[in-house]
Amino acid sequence: MLRIIPYSADPDENKAAEGRLFSKPESEEGHLSADWKIYVEPELRHLFQTAVKIVETDLKKLRKRKSENDPPEYRLKIPAIHMEAWLNATNQARLVLAAQHEFSDEELGGGIPVSITTAKELGLFQINFYGFLQECFLRILEQE
Amino acid sequence: MTKTVVEKETKAKSAADVPWNVVVHNDPVNLMSYVTMVFQKVFGYSRVRAERHMMEVHRKGRSIVWSGGRERAEFYVQQLHGHLLLATVEKSQ
Repeated sequence: MLRIIPYSADPDENKAAEGRLFSKPESEEGHLSADWKIYVEPELRHLFQTAVKIVETDLKKLRKRKSENDPPEYRLKIPAIHMEAWLNATNQARLVLAAQHEFSDEELGGGIPVSITTAKELGLFQINFYGFLQECFLRILEQE
Repeated sequence: MTKTVVEKETKAKSAADVPWNVVVHNDPVNLMSYVTMVFQKVFGYSRVRAERHMMEVHRKGRSIVWSGGRERAEFYVQQLHGHLLLATVEKSQ
């Protein structure tokens, strides 16, 4: 579930997902929107990609713990200075998944699916799981 | 003659001073705690004020989180977009 965060954060040419990550700066189309696309959107794109790269780098350090337990246990250490990148990347993933699967407000508020047998159910599970991670990160950041 | 010039200058200055609003719009995905954190970080608001704006977004669908000059408003909207919030800049009524 952690290893697919970078994959899940990629809009992959889905117009709704792209539109959500790069939303309009004004309610009605005006001069600002055109300038935004040229000057601001590339900076936002770089920011989002940097956050995902930091998460990818941290995930490479995922280590299996020496344990007799079944299933096996893993440990991931996330440096405190990377916490905001994790918040950003998991949020990208949540927004992209929600847009790709076109979840309704009711579905999003319905909690974790009981079973995961479809891509949509997996997507909903990911949204909830990454949301849980975000709450953990926010509590850690609050304590600093 | 002098009086006319002063009146023209006053009118021009008033038009430029019209404040702009930074408006945050509701999104069912973003966590309430996350939105609160972003308001504190971007605007330097206290937790109480940040939560008030967050609840307004949640209940009414939108909240005017800041008002002021246009350039600063656009800067704030960029910051909010960087945190993946839905935000727009609009001329104050």
